[in-house]
Amino acid sequence: MAVAPEFAVEVRQNEHLPAGAGRVEAVVTVTATGGARAGPAADAAEVLVLDTSGSMRSPPEKLAEAVRAAEAALGVLRDGVRFAVVAGTDTARVVYPPGPGLAVAGPRTRAAATRAVRRLRAAGGTAMGRWLLLADALLSGPDAGAPDAGGPGSRASGAGPRHAILLTDGENRHESPQELAAVLERVAGRFTCDCRGVGTDWRVAELRGIAEAMLGTVDIVADPAGLARDFESMTLAAMGKAVADVSLRLWTPGHAEVVFLRQVAPALLDLTGRRRRTGPRTGEYPTGAWAAGESRDYHLSVRVRPAAVGERMLAARIALVGPGEAVSGRGRVLAVWTDDAALSTRIPPEVAHYTGQAELAEAIREGLRARRAGDAARATARLGRAVRLAHESGNTGTAKLLAAVVEVRDAASGTVRLRADVTEVDEMTLDTRSTVTKRVGRD
Amino acid sequence: MGGETCPECSAPVSPKDRFCEACGRNLRVRRTPVGGPGSQWPPLCACGGAEFDEDGACEACGRARPSARDRVEFALPGVAGISDRGRRRRRNEDSMAFGRVRGRGTAVVVCDGVASSERAEQASQVAVDTAADVLLTGLQSGTLQSARDAERATAEAVVAANAAVARLARPEAAEVAPSCTFVSAVVTDGSATVGWVGDSRAYLVAEAGAARLTSDDTWAAQLVAQGVLTEEEALTDRRAHVLSRWLGADSGVTEPQTVTFMVETPGLLVLCSDGLWNYVPEPEDLLAALPPEAIARRVAPLEVARALVQVALDAGGHDNITVVVVQLRGGGGS
Repeated sequence: MAVAPEFAVEVRQNEHLPAGAGRVEAVVTVTATGGARAGPAADAAEVLVLDTSGSMRSPPEKLAEAVRAAEAALGVLRDGVRFAVVAGTDTARVVYPPGPGLAVAGPRTRAAATRAVRRLRAAGGTAMGRWLLLADALLSGPDAGAPDAGGPGSRASGAGPRHAILLTDGENRHESPQELAAVLERVAGRFTCDCRGVGTDWRVAELRGIAEAMLGTVDIVADPAGLARDFESMTLAAMGKAVADVSLRLWTPGHAEVVFLRQVAPALLDLTGRRRRTGPRTGEYPTGAWAAGESRDYHLSVRVRPAAVGERMLAARIALVGPGEAVSGRGRVLAVWTDDAALSTRIPPEVAHYTGQAELAEAIREGLRARRAGDAARATARLGRAVRLAHESGNTGTAKLLAAVVEVRDAASGTVRLRADVTEVDEMTLDTRSTVTKRVGRD
Repeated sequence: MGGETCPECSAPVSPKDRFCEACGRNLRVRRTPVGGPGSQWPPLCACGGAEFDEDGACEACGRARPSARDRVEFALPGVAGISDRGRRRRRNEDSMAFGRVRGRGTAVVVCDGVASSERAEQASQVAVDTAADVLLTGLQSGTLQSARDAERATAEAVVAANAAVARLARPEAAEVAPSCTFVSAVVTDGSATVGWVGDSRAYLVAEAGAARLTSDDTWAAQLVAQGVLTEEEALTDRRAHVLSRWLGADSGVTEPQTVTFMVETPGLLVLCSDGLWNYVPEPEDLLAALPPEAIARRVAPLEVARALVQVALDAGGHDNITVVVVQLRGGGGS
């Protein structure tokens, strides 16, 4: 029995609009509060997907490290968690358990899974869509939830967090982008998936696409030796999720238009296109699984029909919907029209900050793209802008990564020079982590 | 003559009846309900929506549920009033109460809650209801025969209203004690008495022209009276609306200023809060804002009030706007 989650919603905005204006911006902080505790282990399901294509052989440490990482992840699975290990090439196969469905974590199964992983050999191509389809089949099977959820054939979906870790070192060569997109369309929202790229032969945009669709994280593991620790913390985080399948419910008035809804902390993730219509003025956006105490920020922008000066309007209402339609938390975004410019011109610091963080990520991506295309002038301009934005917003993590790609002359003005000797790892690390935001300062 | 019906239950009544035979309603006195005339019930949003969430936002368009005080219109034979929130203020802190005693006369009270005091809307509502009670009781008992009677009743109404508003104050928050202005009129056969405290005003409009009947209890007005400021300077002076007299726990007011005049020709008596007169300060401005031939063609008082409120709204509606219009027949009853 999953615990009913509870969420607190906090809205920060300037509700005052000048006459004739209709754009309302707000930063919404959602925090999982009381009631959210990690459920029983039997409710959680985990699938490790390891790339065993031929490229994992060079250098040979790559596969060895991946195996070690998988061992580490298996080691931290709580007893009772349902799990499986998948090996991915141009096809996908279950390397553990030997029988159908998922295994139950325990000393015996962990040891058996570890032995199976150690026997892995690298050969073949890369087709991530097929890997994800197999993971989905395992995670939505009858035994992926609580074992005592009911008789045979009962669905235990929604019982607890369903999570996958995907580790790859290469491009998706053995299926078309359309094939991958179709798979993502099909499995998105059914489980969350964290993606890790090992080495520098994989494509950031491709893995980011998968991670974003699957509401997971993406990161580079430049040093295979870091894999084990990373897998361990990812698995722990996934196991710590108290509630899965949470949607953000957004009501907007008639004639209103949602310009965008983005997760802006801990990392940027545009949810605008993920809306599922649930009523004439209501839509729901998937947010995946939440750990107890976890807190995220969202940036909402709504266009409403301007009303007369002095009028008040509810521009949006926000609530969180957990499994079984349990609704909790409530936030309200308001609009009040005024002809007092002192009121209407104030931009709340949170809105300004996250607008800047989104622009920072954009500038990094454009700068790196220009750099790859050999357009030094544009690359210098965009990365310089990024340096300035990172400096202004105190995003030291991103500032450090930028400094590996450009030589910073003056951070405050964004005066930079491109470095000639940038390693591929540094560039990919910057690209991958460009969406990690600095959380807005709280007093 | 024939065909008069009870306003409560629509049973036929005769002009001689004091009470409705069917429902027992007092037919001699008709007045605004105590607590203020409610707006329509159930309240509908401007978009036509009737469903609101627990915070009062319309489920269809998100706009706030119209407060029962945002726009109040009330009309009786020969007298009508409108109180409107305006475009800038979050609440309507003006209140109005008026009533008519058949064959005796009409009483009107307008109060404007002082924005810097707490619960100003409660203050003005309590004040108008209390004062209207005193004046209507006087009219009903037939004791308001002379100008002096009407002025005495007006003073009693102010004392009672002042005491009622004072009771709203919290001892620990004396500096923000609920407060309001006051302007009243008692209109009987052939004469009218106006009383006031603060800067709510009364104007008289007749064929021959218009006149202001009240003088503001404000620091600016005092400076004008002393010759320190001109009328024009006073309008824009930051002390223009700083009251020198008001009703409330800390007012020290014991009586209103009053003026009585004979009603000899047809005309209109207009009582209003500064939300209107800010935009039409001079009597000529008010005259120009009236609907064409408002006096000659006997335009309904409610229409006149609507036109005046609209003028204030069109000009920006910076404050709450309250206007009560009484028709003066002249030379024989109101």
